[in-house]
Formats: sequence, structure tokens, C-alpha cells
Amino acid sequence: MELIKPDVNIDFVGKRKWAFVFSALLLLLTVASLFLRGGLNQGIDFAGGILVQVRFNAPTDAAAIKKALTPLGMQDSLVQNFGREGNEFLIRAEKAGLKLDGLGDRMRETLKASYPQGFEVRRVEMVGPKVGKDLRRQALMAIFYAILLIVVYISGRFEAKWGLSAIMAAVLVGATFLVQTIFAAAGAEDAGMVPLIITALVVTVGACWLFRLRYALGAIVALIHDVAITVGVFTLMDKEFTLAIVAALLTIIGYSLNDTIVVFDRIRENLRRSGRQPLGTVINDSVNQTLSRTILTSGTTLVVVAALWILGGGVIEDFAFALLVGIGIGTYSSIFVASPVLLLLPESKPAGLKVGRRSRPAPEPAPQAPAAKAPSVQQKSASRKRKKGGKRR
Amino acid sequence: MSRNLTVKAAVVAAVILVALVYLVPTMTSKPPAWWEGVLPSEKIHLGLDLQGGMHLILEVEAEKAVVSAVERASQDLLRKMGEEKIRATRPEPGADHTIKLTLLADSDRAKFQDLIKTNFPDYKELDAKTDSEGKVSVSLQLLPASAKDIASQASEQALETIRNRVDQFGVSEPEIMPQEDGRILIQLPGVKDPQRAVALIGKTAQLEFKLVDDSVDPRTASKATLPPGDEIYYLYDRDSQSGRVSKEPIVLRSRTVMTGETITDARVQIDSQNNEPYVSVAFDARGARQFGDITTRNVKKRLAIILDGKVQSAPVIQEPITRGEARISGDFTMEEARDLAVVLRSGALPAPVKILEERTVGPSLGRDSINQGLISMVVGFILVVLFILVYYKLAGIVADLALLLNLVLIAAALAAFQATLTLPGIAGVILTIGMAVDANVLIFERIREELRLGKTPAAAIDAGYGKATITILDANITTLIAALVLFQFGTGPVRGFAVTLAIGIASSMFTAIYFTRMVFDLALSRFSVKGLSI
Repeated sequence: MELIKPDVNIDFVGKRKWAFVFSALLLLLTVASLFLRGGLNQGIDFAGGILVQVRFNAPTDAAAIKKALTPLGMQDSLVQNFGREGNEFLIRAEKAGLKLDGLGDRMRETLKASYPQGFEVRRVEMVGPKVGKDLRRQALMAIFYAILLIVVYISGRFEAKWGLSAIMAAVLVGATFLVQTIFAAAGAEDAGMVPLIITALVVTVGACWLFRLRYALGAIVALIHDVAITVGVFTLMDKEFTLAIVAALLTIIGYSLNDTIVVFDRIRENLRRSGRQPLGTVINDSVNQTLSRTILTSGTTLVVVAALWILGGGVIEDFAFALLVGIGIGTYSSIFVASPVLLLLPESKPAGLKVGRRSRPAPEPAPQAPAAKAPSVQQKSASRKRKKGGKRR
Repeated sequence: MSRNLTVKAAVVAAVILVALVYLVPTMTSKPPAWWEGVLPSEKIHLGLDLQGGMHLILEVEAEKAVVSAVERASQDLLRKMGEEKIRATRPEPGADHTIKLTLLADSDRAKFQDLIKTNFPDYKELDAKTDSEGKVSVSLQLLPASAKDIASQASEQALETIRNRVDQFGVSEPEIMPQEDGRILIQLPGVKDPQRAVALIGKTAQLEFKLVDDSVDPRTASKATLPPGDEIYYLYDRDSQSGRVSKEPIVLRSRTVMTGETITDARVQIDSQNNEPYVSVAFDARGARQFGDITTRNVKKRLAIILDGKVQSAPVIQEPITRGEARISGDFTMEEARDLAVVLRSGALPAPVKILEERTVGPSLGRDSINQGLISMVVGFILVVLFILVYYKLAGIVADLALLLNLVLIAAALAAFQATLTLPGIAGVILTIGMAVDANVLIFERIREELRLGKTPAAAIDAGYGKATITILDANITTLIAALVLFQFGTGPVRGFAVTLAIGIASSMFTAIYFTRMVFDLALSRFSVKGLSI
């Protein structure tokens, strides 16, 4: 059976302007929703507070529960219906100044008075402000280190410049350290989370541009694109960010790259084979050749994640949803974003050239190297590349 | 069959066999007797979110242990100065671990310094000022190194005490681990009564004995009129019928005549007169002597028993008690008495603890999570298997077998490494099912391409595997990086996700590349294959 015919040839690269417009719209929506909602909706993992999941034996509603909790000063709690049965609720409170120690017990006692038919406390999660801060820092570190390691891996693996990737890592660590120090000096010890990650990303993209790391740039732009839009969808739907969601975002990073790498590998292979063709054509051919695989793999992954989302129950629902959105966006981006981005860098130095330069001890050309010089170099190395490719086959 | 292929087949068979052996304990309720001791007997370990239970992070307020050490030292200092006939004001503990006092005569100065040097080596004189009348105001400070020692000892002792208490609470496989910053992580799988567990673990259980000052009428006493060295406490009384609690003031000498430090045993007894439970405590030899001393010197006076700052009772000492036993009564229910006995037996916490984080999952929710997780896994698996079968026909069967083997390997690895399976962990397995197919899709699509170029099946398979393998490795490394970072920074359930994701990626490399290749090679060597069903 074949879903995608082998001779498929869709002009993805030619339509890249439309894809960029579409992506830009989605990103704009993300930024807008972030502004509208006033930032991320942090769950108690990060904000601190208490979350209690209660199943009542008799039907009740959110208003009645809030009323019952008034003696504890928790009338402003967030009370949500949980799961598909009507009488299970999530009660969430993160009011500052609420004495959290033993609050779960006090809630139990208070509810007992209003619900004589009985109830079952199925889950209690209490996170003190101190731990919330620690968890926030941990999540930040996880995201930061994931970006760092992946940048090092991609720039090293794709551009065959491990030395340069080490320099990138150093620049990245240095820049974030600087930002951290500035924030610490400004006295905002906690506000550093978002700026730090933004710095890391800007530095990464900037460095890729500066060093002409075409593939790394494509992969990283796609990765930022996927995660940002997933975050946007979450914010738009006012879903909470928890530790599990951060885990899902990191998985999306891994998956998004997975898809991108398969396409990039094919581009490099095709470049080795046909050095003369314009990069755009090679890219478009490669995307088409891997299209069947991209659709199939995304399809199976989406199917299992959808099964988890629908059948996995309330505890895992948001996690599965994040994966679903991220993987969907990731598939789109590896076709429409990552590969066309390769063309954003001036074509004077096609990617095929990079492989040839590996064996040469000459220093990296400065980014401002005159473009006029490039073609002759390209000719030479492209022909050498062909020889190499021929031997391999 | 070539030698190379024989080796491959043997490796695959061995891996499958080992995996199955590791899965036997999980699959059977009880492995046969001969199995145990020789072969692995560990089941797959379920996380708290699946089996229900409690996760706590406590903070030992070690600073308070230092403060109370300074308080004790100032009481000791008062006694020692009395013995040495040094005239001075009452030593008062102050901020920053200091003790302040005024020597009434300059001539006692040398004697005082000598006393500090020999008996209080952890303290140093900060400054001393002599006024015109020859009085010297001295402030002593606990050496920072000693303060640090006391704090770290308090943390260690708290850990030990909590361990003792949890052991007596009767939870199977509790986990208690020190964390950084003097925090303690406690995991109680399957705990039935989380409220009681918290009460038991978190109780400081600081037992003190103080004498009642009967010369002051507690009803008219106020802070201003109190004689020096006295304090007002409250005696709580619960009416056993109405359950109403009333409190009544009581004036105590603030000096602690004895603590619960020397308690060796504590048990619940029933009072034969009113049928109410009480806790009888036994002291060691030193404690018995001390208690005997106190009761001998204070016959007919009242001795207050204070637990965590609350006066439990203040009975009159009828006669000297030299057996080394004391009795703590105070309107306890049977359960309260039992828990009190447990905490007294296990010793007091050297400093109060604070709950920083609590996560409790009820057993019913855990069960639901397991069921829903497994159902979505099975449904996802079946859908993928059917799809691959339809799409790749015979080759699809091979890929499906690889997928099944992958599941077996993941489960076996979880059991073998004693990793914890959590709900996100199940999600990780599900995700792996979706992603593991990727390797076979890559290979099969490649083989199809090669076939289209007119290669023979054997050559197409060879080229397909050869070209796709590098890409597969590349693509999976990024997911592996994400999993490793998650493992490093994640806790509990999230870590479980990282574990299954990483294991799943690793084992899918084996099943999707090595195993399927072996099957193809086997088929090619046995039958003269004309065309591929792919």
C-alpha cells in the first residue's frame, strides 16, 4: 500500500512564502495570547499552592464546594469538574498567605461538615513557595541544558565542526551567565527564567547565522517554532504549565529534531550526489522523497498519542495534549519551515561545500568573507565531493 | 545459514530469553520456589502515582536546634555559676547565638573566664564592658563552626528519628532520603491514612518536665506581675463527652528540670480507674537517677509534663519515684496514645520540621491510572500494528514482531534495572510505540526506493538498511538527549517518563534494526526470494 506516490513532486520550497506567513501568524497568535493572558498559566508545581482532587458520593457543583470552603478563606479557589463523571472535582488554591502546612487535612475536615454523604480525597498536591521556586529553576535548567546540548550536537553533527560547536556552547553559557548576573544584580532573582531562555535562543540563532551554520539554523528555528506554538496553544486554551508539560515540551524538541534530521540527512546525501543543482531544487526533491516516511511516522505517533489523550484519563490528559499539538506542529515544520530556512542564508556557500572543507586545516572564514571569492571554492570542493561520494557507493 | 547469521540469531534468542526471565516475577503472582535465589525475583516497581501513596519533602528547621542549644547552655551556665559562687545576673540567650549576662563584681572575672574555657569551650567572649560600679556586662557567642555542627547533627538525627518512626508505622518499602539544604524526602507507598502519617512523622515530640510555681495564682498572673524565672503555660482539657476543649492557665518555673532525652521505652497502658489510655515511659539509668532526684526533692509539689510546648498534665508528686518510670496522661484516644508512644520511643526531633511539598495519590486513583494507561497503550499498539500490517504486508509482520519484542524488552529492562514505572512512564512507552515504528518505516521506504531502482531483493535490503541506519541513529540521539536532560532534572513521575523513553529508544534500535535485519536475512537464506512483500 502507498499513501504517497513515489513520484510525488510538490513544490514545497516554492510555496515557502505562504508557509512563512502561516507560521508567522501562528507565532503572532502565541505572542498575542501570552500578552492577553499575562504570561503563562503556571500550575502549582511552579506557582506553589494546593490542589485537591475529590470525588463526592452525592452530586454537587463548584459553587457549593467554594461555599463549603469559605471558613478556610478558600472561597476564591479554582474549582473544576474533573474527568467524565459529574461529581469529581479539582480544587486549586494558590493564594499567597494561605498556610499550606496541614491545609489538606483542614480541607478534609471542613468538607466533612458540608458533605455528610461522604467523599473520597483522591489526590492532594501541596507545593510550598520555596519548592515551587526550586521546581521552576529546575525546569528552566532542563530547558536550557536541552537547548545547549542539542545546539552542540546539531552544529557538530551537521556541520562537522565540533570545534565551532564547542565555541557556540561557550558563547551560549557565557551570554546566559551574563544575563543571570545582570538579573541578580537588579535584584530580580526569579524573573530570569524567560529572559534567560530567550537569550539562549537569540544567541543560538545569531551564532548560527554568523557562523553560517545552515542546518543548525534550520533545525533550531524549527524547534523554536514548534515549542513556541505549542506554548501558544496552551496559553490560548488557558491550560496549566506543570512539570509534566515541561517534560512534554522537551520531548517535542527531541521529536521535532528527529523529523528535521531525517529530511536534512537526505538533503546532504542528495547534495553529495548532485553538486551542480541549485540548493532549492535539491531541498525540494529531498522533502518529497522523505514525504512518505514523514507522514507515516507522524501518523503512527499521532495515533498513539491521540489514544493516550482520549483514553488515558484526566491526570495525563494535558500531557498527551501537549504532545499531540507539538508533534503535529513538528511534522508541519519539518516540511514547511526547517528545510526552506536553509535557503535563508545567502547561497554563496551551499551546504555541500561544508563537508569538503572538513579535511582542510585552514581556519574558518570570517563571516564577512567577500562573496565574490566563494564560487571558485565551491567548484573545487563540489567536484571533490562528487569523487568522494562516488567512492562510497 | 552463514556463520554470521547464526551468531545474530543466537544473540536475538539470548536477548529474548533473558528478557522473559526478568519478566517472570512480574507476570506470575509467585514464582516457583526453585526460582528464587537463583533467578531475578524483582517485579516491575510502580511509582506512587500508580500504586497510590504519599510523597513528602520536609525541611528540618535546624536553626531552631541551635537556638535551643544556646538556651540550654544559658541554663547550664546559671547552674555552674551558682556552684562556682560567681555572682551574676541570669544569663539570657540573645540574637545570633549569643548569651548575655552581667557579672556583679569585677573580681569574679578571671573565675568566669576559667569556667567558660573549661565547661563551655564552644563559646567565645564577644565583648565585655566594665561600668563605673565594677559590674561587667559580658556577651558570649557560640562559635560558628559549632553552630554548624549542631545544625548538621540535628539534620542527621532528625533523619534517623523519622526513619525509626516510619519503620514503626508499618508501610512496606518506605523510602527516606536526605536531600540538599537539610531537606528530607519521604515516600510512603500505599499508605492508608496520610493524615496520621504526617502527624506521626512531623511531631517534634519534645518532652519537658517543669515544676509548677504554686505560689502564684494563675488566674491573676500576668506577664508583668510574674516573678523572674516563671512563665505562663496553658493546660488543655478535653471533655470526653462533648469533645470541647477548655484551657486554663498554669504558672511554671521556666527551668526545664528534665527532658525526654533519656527515654528508653514508651508504651500504652489503660488506667484501671477511668479506663482511659495513658503512655508510660521508662528512663535509662541516668534518667532514672535524675527523675528520682527531682521527685525526691519536690514531694507534694506539682510537676508539669510538657509535650511540644503544651502542658499535658501537672500531677502532684505523691512520693519519690525511683523506678525510672513516668506516666503521661492527657485525655488521649487510643490511637493518639499509640502514636505518642511511637514518637516518644523513636525519640524527639532535635528541631521542628516543616512540610515543603506533599503529594498524595489515593489507591483508587492509582488503580484508575493504571487501567486507563494500559487501555490507551493496548489501543495505540493495536492501531499501529494493524496499520503497519496493511501498509507493508509481509514486511509489516516483521516490523510488528519487532514492535512486540520492543515492548517485552522495555518491560524487562524496567524490571532488571529496578526502574520505577509511573503514569508518564506509561505515556513514554506509548510514545515509543509510535516512534519505534519510525525506524522500520525509514528502512522500508528506503528498500522500496531501491527496489524501484531495479535492485534485487537482497541488494535492496542491504542498501535500505545501510543507508537508513545512520539517519535512524542521528534522529534518535536528539530524543535521547531530551530524555537524559529530563532524567537529570526531573523528579518522580517525570523521571519515570525519561526512563521509559530512554529505554524505549535504546531497545527500539535493537528490535527495529538488528532484529528485523536478522529476520530478513534468515528469510533470504532459507527461501530463494524473488520479490519482496513490502
